[in-house]
Amino acid sequence: MGGFEEQFLRGLETTVLVAAISGAFGMLVGLAGAAAKLSRFRALRMVADAYTTIVRGVPELLVILLVYFGGTAALTALVGSYVEVSALWAGVFSLTVVFGAYATEIFRGAIQAIPRGQTEAALSIGLAPWQTWLLVILPQMARIALPALCNLWISLLKDTSLISIVGLSDIMRVAVVGAGSMRDPLTFYLAASALYLMLTSFSLLTFRLVERRMLAPVH
Amino acid sequence: MQTAIDIHSENPRRGRAAAIASLRAENVHKTLGTHPVLRGVSLAAYPHEVISVLGASGSGKSTLLRCLNLLEVPDSGEIWFRDEKLDIRPPAGRNGARIGDARQARRVRASLGMVFQSFNLWPHKTALENVMEGPVHVRGLTRRAATECAEHYLRKVGLIERRDHYPRHLSGGQQQRVAIARALAMEPEVLLFDEPTSALDPELTGEVLRAIRSLAEEGRTMILVTHELSFAREVSSRVAFMQGGRIEEEGPPEEVLSRPASAGLRRFLDPVC
Repeated sequence: MGGFEEQFLRGLETTVLVAAISGAFGMLVGLAGAAAKLSRFRALRMVADAYTTIVRGVPELLVILLVYFGGTAALTALVGSYVEVSALWAGVFSLTVVFGAYATEIFRGAIQAIPRGQTEAALSIGLAPWQTWLLVILPQMARIALPALCNLWISLLKDTSLISIVGLSDIMRVAVVGAGSMRDPLTFYLAASALYLMLTSFSLLTFRLVERRMLAPVH
Repeated sequence: MQTAIDIHSENPRRGRAAAIASLRAENVHKTLGTHPVLRGVSLAAYPHEVISVLGASGSGKSTLLRCLNLLEVPDSGEIWFRDEKLDIRPPAGRNGARIGDARQARRVRASLGMVFQSFNLWPHKTALENVMEGPVHVRGLTRRAATECAEHYLRKVGLIERRDHYPRHLSGGQQQRVAIARALAMEPEVLLFDEPTSALDPELTGEVLRAIRSLAEEGRTMILVTHELSFAREVSSRVAFMQGGRIEEEGPPEEVLSRPASAGLRRFLDPVC
């Protein structure tokens, strides 16, 4: 493939890195978002509702472009001279925002699926709300949320390919550049597909193992 | 009245004037949605008393019990734990009534064991872990001491050999006994039972009622919301009959259940008439 193997390898690294960081931060955003949606404070609920409605309602590609160009414009205005946002961090930020919005809904649903009596039993022995979350709600929520989270993670892995549009050298970018310069699009796109498929298959397998482990004691 | 005095004289610690109530509700009102569920209820449990709260579904008895440990916060009225008044903030604007002092609420809840109709065991924890959670995280015992404590109470409810089973692998009766052990492991001052046998198949109620009866015989202070009339008659030192969010009649079971004064209780005791 004319020396593109090494570039593909580095692209793979970038893809995994972006997905892993956005996924980790997105989980935190999702937990905070779900907590906000279920909060007794109206303002928090409204902010969280606006967040998930807007982000889920706009194509991911647009979110990336808005963050990239918006971020550049904002930083430029702030600093006073032209500053360009790095493609990597614009990508991580956008995907975190997107992942967080969907994760918010997944976690909210999972928390609401836990019977109220579970929390009441925890409160009735005098556990504090944070202990109730940690000991009773989170472990049960994780089990319920896992299948949906797996789906979301797979989408995230594939959505990283969108960041190539702002110049991130991920798998997709390498494939596009290679396809153009070697005049052999099919080979390069097939190679990229194989890499994504490898990542997603590995993820599915991991999730299946985790799920089996987590569900084992309850059933 | 004569009967009431007799009952108190057989156990001096039951004397009402002398002792201070372990747990007391004073003129409690609570509206859920638009429905006034409690309309001025007062009830006090003195040390070593077993109080059964009877009444038809929707009469407010479960809500009363839940108000006592602030799972439901009364809109008005007072809840007293021994000589301590619980800090309750009345409804304001769009917000409902809420707990004023979260730390106090936790401390008091830790002293009030609650047993729920639907057991509410934590499905991701074994029987032993369910019972240990309170001793470890609320009472601050070491894991070792908490394990011993949990084993002690599981043995007491006859389920020590099921200690490593998950709730799913236990029958309803066994789950409820684990839930009783979980409440006991907090060494509570008062035990609250919210229809503990209503979710059970008839053949499983016996084992749970036996466990509750043995607790009553130990002299524990208990408030029991139940539909088990004959059980209430046997174990209670007092029964309270609720109707329409009020306590309609209250007194020693042999008096109240044998000679009901109100039409409501007569209908409740003998629906056929």
